[in-house]
Amino acid sequence: MRYSGFKVIKEALTGHKGWTQAWRDPEPQAQYDIVIIGGGGHGLATAHYLASVYGERRVAVIEKGWIGGGNVGRNTTIIRSNYLLDGNEPFYEFSLKLWEGLEQDLNYNAMVSQRGIMNLIHSDAQRDAFIRRGNAMILNGADAELLSEAQIRLEYPFLNFDDARFPIKGGLAQRRGGTVRHDAVAWGYARAADSRGVDIIQNCEVIGFRIEDGTCLGVETSKGFIGAGRVGCAVAGNSSRLMAKAGMRLPIESHVLQAFVSEGLKPVLPGVITFGAGHFYVSQSDKGGLVFGGDIDGYNSYAQRGNLPVVEDVCEGGMAIMPMIGRARLLRMWGGIMDMSMDGSPIIDRTHIDGLYFNGGWCYGGFKATPASGYAFAHLLARDEPHETATAYRFDRFRTGHMIDEKGMGNQPNLH
Amino acid sequence: MIINHPLLGPRDSAEFVYLGAATLMDRPDPDTATAEEWHDYGYLRDNPAGPHRELWFHEGGDRSILIVTRNTTTHEITAVELARTVGART
Amino acid sequence: MTQKNRLGGGQVDRNTTLTFTFDGKTYAGHPGDTLASALLANNVRLMGRSFKYHRPRGPLSAGSEEPNAIVELRSGARQEPNTRATTAELFDGLAARSQNRWPSLAFDAMAVNDRLSGFLTAGFYYKTFMWPAAFWEKIYEPIIRKAAGLGSLSMQADPDTYDKGFRHCDLLIIGAGPAGLSAALTAGRAGKHVILADEDFRMGGRLNAETFSVADMAGADWATQSVAELSAMPNVRLMPRTTVIGAFDHGIYGAVERISDHVAVPETGKPRQILWRIYAQNTLLCAGATERPIAFENNDRPGIMLAASLRAYANRWAATPAPRVAVFTSNDDGHRTARDLHAKGVKVAAVIDTRADAPRSHDYEVLQGAQVVDTMGRLGLTFVEVRQANGEMRTVECGALGVSGGWNPNVQLTCHQRGRPAWDDALAAFVPGGTLPPGMVVAGAVGGQFSTYAALKSGADAARQALGLKGRAPRIPDAEDAPVEQTPFWYVEGCTRAWLDQQNDVTVKDVKLSHQEGFRSVEHLKRYTTLGMATDQGKTSNMGGLAIMAELAGKTIPEVGTTIFRPPYTPTSIGALAGRMRGKEFHPTRLTPSHVWAKERGAVFVEVGNWLRAQWFPLPGETHWRQSVDREVMATRASVGVCDCTTLGKIDVQGTDAATFLNKVYCNGFAKLAVGKTRYGLMLREDGIAMDDGTAARLAEDHFVVTTTTANAGKVYQHMEFVRQCLMPEADVQLISTTEAWAQYAVAGPNSRKLLQKIVDAEYDISNDAFPFMACGNITVCGGLRARLFRISFSGELAFEIAVPARYGDALMRKLMTEGEAFDVTPYGTEALGAMRIEKGHAAGNELNGTTTALNLGMGRMVSKTKDSIGSKLSERPGLNTADALVQVGLRPVDAADKITAGGHLMHADGPVDAAHDQGYVTSAAYSPTLGHMIGLGFLKDGANRHGETLRLVSPVTDLTVNVEIVSAHFVDPEGDRVRA
Repeated sequence: MRYSGFKVIKEALTGHKGWTQAWRDPEPQAQYDIVIIGGGGHGLATAHYLASVYGERRVAVIEKGWIGGGNVGRNTTIIRSNYLLDGNEPFYEFSLKLWEGLEQDLNYNAMVSQRGIMNLIHSDAQRDAFIRRGNAMILNGADAELLSEAQIRLEYPFLNFDDARFPIKGGLAQRRGGTVRHDAVAWGYARAADSRGVDIIQNCEVIGFRIEDGTCLGVETSKGFIGAGRVGCAVAGNSSRLMAKAGMRLPIESHVLQAFVSEGLKPVLPGVITFGAGHFYVSQSDKGGLVFGGDIDGYNSYAQRGNLPVVEDVCEGGMAIMPMIGRARLLRMWGGIMDMSMDGSPIIDRTHIDGLYFNGGWCYGGFKATPASGYAFAHLLARDEPHETATAYRFDRFRTGHMIDEKGMGNQPNLH
Repeated sequence: MIINHPLLGPRDSAEFVYLGAATLMDRPDPDTATAEEWHDYGYLRDNPAGPHRELWFHEGGDRSILIVTRNTTTHEITAVELARTVGART
Repeated sequence: MTQKNRLGGGQVDRNTTLTFTFDGKTYAGHPGDTLASALLANNVRLMGRSFKYHRPRGPLSAGSEEPNAIVELRSGARQEPNTRATTAELFDGLAARSQNRWPSLAFDAMAVNDRLSGFLTAGFYYKTFMWPAAFWEKIYEPIIRKAAGLGSLSMQADPDTYDKGFRHCDLLIIGAGPAGLSAALTAGRAGKHVILADEDFRMGGRLNAETFSVADMAGADWATQSVAELSAMPNVRLMPRTTVIGAFDHGIYGAVERISDHVAVPETGKPRQILWRIYAQNTLLCAGATERPIAFENNDRPGIMLAASLRAYANRWAATPAPRVAVFTSNDDGHRTARDLHAKGVKVAAVIDTRADAPRSHDYEVLQGAQVVDTMGRLGLTFVEVRQANGEMRTVECGALGVSGGWNPNVQLTCHQRGRPAWDDALAAFVPGGTLPPGMVVAGAVGGQFSTYAALKSGADAARQALGLKGRAPRIPDAEDAPVEQTPFWYVEGCTRAWLDQQNDVTVKDVKLSHQEGFRSVEHLKRYTTLGMATDQGKTSNMGGLAIMAELAGKTIPEVGTTIFRPPYTPTSIGALAGRMRGKEFHPTRLTPSHVWAKERGAVFVEVGNWLRAQWFPLPGETHWRQSVDREVMATRASVGVCDCTTLGKIDVQGTDAATFLNKVYCNGFAKLAVGKTRYGLMLREDGIAMDDGTAARLAEDHFVVTTTTANAGKVYQHMEFVRQCLMPEADVQLISTTEAWAQYAVAGPNSRKLLQKIVDAEYDISNDAFPFMACGNITVCGGLRARLFRISFSGELAFEIAVPARYGDALMRKLMTEGEAFDVTPYGTEALGAMRIEKGHAAGNELNGTTTALNLGMGRMVSKTKDSIGSKLSERPGLNTADALVQVGLRPVDAADKITAGGHLMHADGPVDAAHDQGYVTSAAYSPTLGHMIGLGFLKDGANRHGETLRLVSPVTDLTVNVEIVSAHFVDPEGDRVRA
């Protein structure tokens, strides 16, 4: 069924009888060409591109709970491609381009809103670093704009310019950055993949891999064995737990990142703003809530909830940079589990087991990467070679010394 | 969270800096270790869902480093030891 | 100012009249009122508009679960959006406005959405607004955004202050209803440290809203008496107006106390709110229960409210929404409302009970087995349409309708650590499950103990159990102990536009559509329809949605499950969570001992981490910072300059194994450093990347002083402690950070020795022979003041760094200035320091950026191969040692007038300009007054072998393209003659 304004009107006039399930609820088949573990944004996007770009017909996505229940369902909705390093920037720029055409591709309004992202600058050294980053973005074909303090005052007059502990000295803007209605991304990909025959199997937990002679033949699940020519794992947050079932140890730690939303407010923020002297980034959703976040709690956790010190830290950052939010109220907070990798960059690669492929280590870059991650992982699964924008995301980069360390924090995952 | 410091009693975790898995104490023998062992030490982690031995640096306190055994699914802490004592013993 | 609907009795103070305004109109109320109760007393039912359809709304409840009566409070910078009128305490002069309506609350143009509701179903926006693609941001989204949101921010900085505090107790009791009070009395009388917190301004919970007696007095009086007894106990702390917002790990609870929200402006010196972190050994949750509504057609009109709220308004606040009311109930509790209102003289038109065997009354008509199928009244209820047991329709005239579908325990806090509530079939409700936060127990209605007696008893029992109290159980006062009977009844058959989530406008129809389209898991239901995502977090709506989804899916409610309850329990102002950490107090400010002196000299300061450092010292007539900086550089290189370098990290390393230890943490050798000598050291992370550089001075065989960069002082100290405690636990070495203990100054320039000789005590010979380059030692100055002297140079000049105990820093600086007059001594700031270090080619923070190796920094040979040090092994990986690895170089513009920009990228002079042809990047740039043009440092592929090459420096983001020549990074005195002079 095609969605359109016309269809909405027609259904409204006929009692909404014609809407069908957005995706089917199939029982698993015995064998697929490709099985993707993880019905989150990345897994569903992978399935969509496998079916739509690479012509794969026998594909299943298996999901332990309900689709879109991982980080695509609990993030701060920001998209951007303002990366510094050559290993990252082309990939995230590819992702941003895919976002730009997402609705037409999926026939689903995920509300991709390119309202811009502004990284504030508070010191000369930070300006130097942002100039280098802005240049890297432009040299990679993305957009970037360096703004002076005066320009920022014009665009964001409500920021704290005159009573700031760390004064605003400028900003790096990416006008094409913005936000997306996060749940709709999962649903849009699911519906599009389903329409091309992908089986999306919810409430189906992977218990183990069937590996014989170094080759993965499929997965043992709570709904029985499902055979697969190739198995792709896209379960960021739980990567270590899943891959341990294949005997692997990963260059990943799981950490909790909290995020926050305020009560609904009339429009306040034009786009995304990030504070450069504290841990705070914020945007405003179409519904009116301020959606904001900060640093990870910093300790290994699978608990999907955080603690007060980081809540306070984030709100302190918010009040430092925009003291007019003091009387707005925090409505809801939640915690998601991040695959924090050893250099802060992801992995999209084969494993040492034939037929078993891995996608993870997204740290907190996962949401914005969703389209490109799906595309690149689909490419890898279909062609058995890395997509041109994801050649650096290898497992062995730590062995060879080719880390992709945007923040320069080294092998300490909680600092990325 | 509250960490029960062996010398100072219960302290708020906000006084501490988290350093990572306690396996960081098992630095390979520089004379014999292979490149693979260095890679594994530097980059691979068990990252268990369950009890996890990890290092917390008491930066806002006595600056000792503690080995905390904490469940990563519940955050329950079941043991706290001084890293230096444990390191010297092993 | 007549309070037309004010009844007799209640807990409002009629001796005082408070004046307030709502939408500009003036009304009167009394202390003890909430904004909602006062408005109802003034015959105002319409208080808000819903989010999507802009339907007229009045209060649904009398508490914090309120979805409808949401207003803007106060004005100017204190404007406070989305405030629940049902909890806002009335004060004289309070000004409130309705929100999300235009032009007025009674006539809202956006109510046209209600007419279009057939099109605006759940998730309609996912299916349209896609064509043409460019229209989303330009047309559709701005319209949606403008229509969305509720209240508005003032856009001015919040003028009030907030504070934070810490409290500890044996027992934290959350909720001061009958269970909480009973528990507090039990624990308090046993001498335990108790905190009793309640979100209400009046403790007592439902006791204040009911007419039951406790211990032969009115329940409210028993509550007052109990509160009085508790407040006399020194071991009990009562915290009214305090909402416990979250249950965090290890018995830590977040609580927000509203200190000043019940007054117009906070008293001088008092914060608006305080965020408490409560450390509780045990916690007793007595959060009560929330009544659940029934969904029926047009069940959202002003005047329709929860039945127990209706009687709370009558009993506690002596107010009724209308002189003629009706009740729609599925259980006996609804009849209490009818009885109480009747007793207050309010006309009860009818009690409509879904049960065929509902109890009858002599005082009012009871319609057994009947249901409300529709309602009328555009801005307030006028009639309800009732289908009677025999199928006949009947119209009941009433201005208010109390609705009761039973009660849901307030399990939220029990779920904050991801515990799931359990379904109780007898209650037809979720109760706290088996996995509560450790240390928490529940009592009273939250645990399903719904009668007053059961609440009193369970509170006392739970307190005894939690605290392990021995001895005879206390006597429980006589109180109402009616059996609990809850007949589940969620919605009236056949209804469609029947509201579940009143704020977000989620109706039964939306849940059905959600099911039809496959959004059937509770999380999908919630996200697709927005059920339960409004400011009330679904306190009155989630259960109804679940019940309908369960029926559609052919499952039981527990099979469908619940969504996760997360903090905060009720919306919490961001200001309270931030506390005092805002404005200039956002982070602590660290000042060096000579800060006052620098300020006197007119220094311009710059933030360096938490430090403030002098950036330059302008002289009269200097209009541009470069004039000052250039002068400072030239004066230093010509004679002598002084720079405060106190902020550098200083770590004292002592012990017999100190040298062995430093040999491990620095990649270059330290074992053989002689006493009295200083060495430059490069510290790597274990992954082989440079972490920091600095010097280590050996003051004695077993005593070193290590310096770090300002930025990395904490990180390096932490790293050294890790190596000491975790990797070398048996070594005899001790560390202490002495950054704040010593004030340290760089004295640089050809006359630096002469200047120092004027203050260094005569017995210390600091001539070049006696105290050569890289010497160090303990000395005394100014007649016996102990000091440390290091002959090290960051500027490239003959230079020293001298350290004195911090309390002498100011005096030493002044002394250096006085004694230096003979040499025209010049204080210099961080800009001149930076310019001189770039002239000298020294790496700093911009070069030590966390991705560079010793090889990159041109110091590859420093990494000792003859010993093991941290990072040495992993620095050998091939990717860090490629033939074209980046190496630090110097850059000078081919045209001396050209600019060099840090952050610029290097390209071949004639090649393409794109990422694929990137040759490197510029890390630092400065104008060199010594050379008369700009210079830069950067990293260039194979840089060591490319001196003399001309490259193109591009910085598109600053619109710059210049040709630069690659040169040695040592622009000034490459041979190092000056430092050794």
